[in-house]
Amino acid sequence: MQVPPATGPALAATVGTPTFAGVLRSEFTKIRSVRSTYWTLLALVVVTVGFGALASYGATRGPHGQFFDATQRSLGGLYISQLVIGVLGVLVISSEYSTGMIRTTLTTLPRRGLMITAKAVVFAAVAFVTGLITCFASFFLGQAIMSSDHISVSLSQPNVLRAVIGGALFLTACGLLAFGFGLLLRHSAGAITTVVGLLFVVTILVNLLPSTWQDHIDKWIPAMAGTQIWATIPSQGQPAMFAPWTGFAVLCGYAAIVLIAAVALFRKRDA
Amino acid sequence: MIEARGLTKRYGETVAVDNLSFSVAPGKITGFLGPNGAGKTTTMRLILGLDRPTSGTVTIDGRPFTQVTQPMRQVGALLDAKALHGGRSAYNHLTCLAQSNNLPTSRVTEVLALVGLSDVARRRAKGFSLGMGQRLGIAAALLGDPQILMFDEPVNGLDPEGILWIRNLMKALAAEGRTVFVSSHLMSEMENTADHLLVIGRGKLIADCTVDEFISANSTLRVRVRTPQPDQLAKLVATAGGTVHEPGDGSIVISGLEPSQVGDLAYENSVRLHELAPLQASLEQAFMELTASSVEFRAGVPGGPGAGEQVLTGRAV
Repeated sequence: MQVPPATGPALAATVGTPTFAGVLRSEFTKIRSVRSTYWTLLALVVVTVGFGALASYGATRGPHGQFFDATQRSLGGLYISQLVIGVLGVLVISSEYSTGMIRTTLTTLPRRGLMITAKAVVFAAVAFVTGLITCFASFFLGQAIMSSDHISVSLSQPNVLRAVIGGALFLTACGLLAFGFGLLLRHSAGAITTVVGLLFVVTILVNLLPSTWQDHIDKWIPAMAGTQIWATIPSQGQPAMFAPWTGFAVLCGYAAIVLIAAVALFRKRDA
Repeated sequence: MIEARGLTKRYGETVAVDNLSFSVAPGKITGFLGPNGAGKTTTMRLILGLDRPTSGTVTIDGRPFTQVTQPMRQVGALLDAKALHGGRSAYNHLTCLAQSNNLPTSRVTEVLALVGLSDVARRRAKGFSLGMGQRLGIAAALLGDPQILMFDEPVNGLDPEGILWIRNLMKALAAEGRTVFVSSHLMSEMENTADHLLVIGRGKLIADCTVDEFISANSTLRVRVRTPQPDQLAKLVATAGGTVHEPGDGSIVISGLEPSQVGDLAYENSVRLHELAPLQASLEQAFMELTASSVEFRAGVPGGPGAGEQVLTGRAV
């Protein structure tokens, strides 16, 4: 048997220095080259637009009070799809651990801070762009359904455009919160359970508290705080809630706490 | 050049790597030997910055690997062929690695051809056989045309053709002046490939020498003799400080004396010799003797280590 050429044509000495742009490309290749990304994003679109349409149809069938918010109604699918983006946020990092890919990733790029920042940025960009398309689709379909009942709104009305874009921002923040838990726990099932618990179960459980307590607690619940950004009527008739951008900042604050803790651990833990 | 100084890694109470100091030089294949659980993989993880040492340092050309400027140009490593996302195609797997280090994506096509995976480049890696997975891992290690290559048990589970391929590849890489650091628990494999040996047992370095030095330093030299006067020779050998075994095939095996001493002894005392042959101890045997006290999990072998004379010439595994 002949001795094979060892590594092929030699590379120039200057080639091969990692840069942030290169790592972004690498992470984009990773996210677009596995099927789970497409299935999850498809589920995101279907769930958001589907439930939004259902909620909009429901609005044409009943009475609506003074706090009826046609924009928020058409984006109602976000209550469910915040969990779908959460699943993707967990998977983009936990799959590195479940498959063992993280060992290859870190032996080819040992600068962990650079790698994890690029991964988070790429995921956030994918989540935001998909979220934007999804929210506009939900909005237009929902308004078309509600226009028959003359309760629809248009993008030019106050706060409507902010709320539709806010829906995409909300999804991105939920996704990054989930990404943080995925990095912290390094285990898909555990991280997804935690995210569902925090975004969903906590929101339901808080309703069981005495209403006087709720006024003080509700607005701090991550999902409830974040929801304000995709509502057009101030505080949705509930004075105890935060203003849209304040509420969104609270959600981002939670995500930042989890992310900072996760990245700090990631940088010093054995991989 | 890989350099470890006082490298130590503890997991709780367990000491996986215990105060290792060694260097791995370019231009040759350095075999990293030890029984299973001796700390070979942990040492490689420490070199690559996957784990942090409890104490001590390990550097690549003077820097910790986490601080090198061109990681894939400096080190190509195959720790575990299964350390990849099985849902990704071979091509995409290598592409994302190349992009992270700003290597031209034309390299991906080149290394796929080098390892013979061009035809399956677009197939998802989870459908690959063990041998194909190993080749993909090696393709990833070669992507950056690196100066240092590290392979952890690269021939595990491979067929003879695959083993030969990896052996030849490692020799070619070393001949080009690169550093090749390869771990194995198969002594026979190292005997055929390695130039230099680092032997560890229970996390401690127990030998750092060439293959020849290792064999001569760690095995008793034996001489096989055929003579019509065996009893006379046996007495002379015993007087001169050697010991005699009789394997039962008409020859006698002498240990503790050099072949020249045996020849001189026979000549001076007019004992006729029909055969005088030094017995080449295998690396396998030398290794068994050296690590006998440091094997973590040992099967209860009747007679214990060193009991059988048959390991002299044959290979035990």
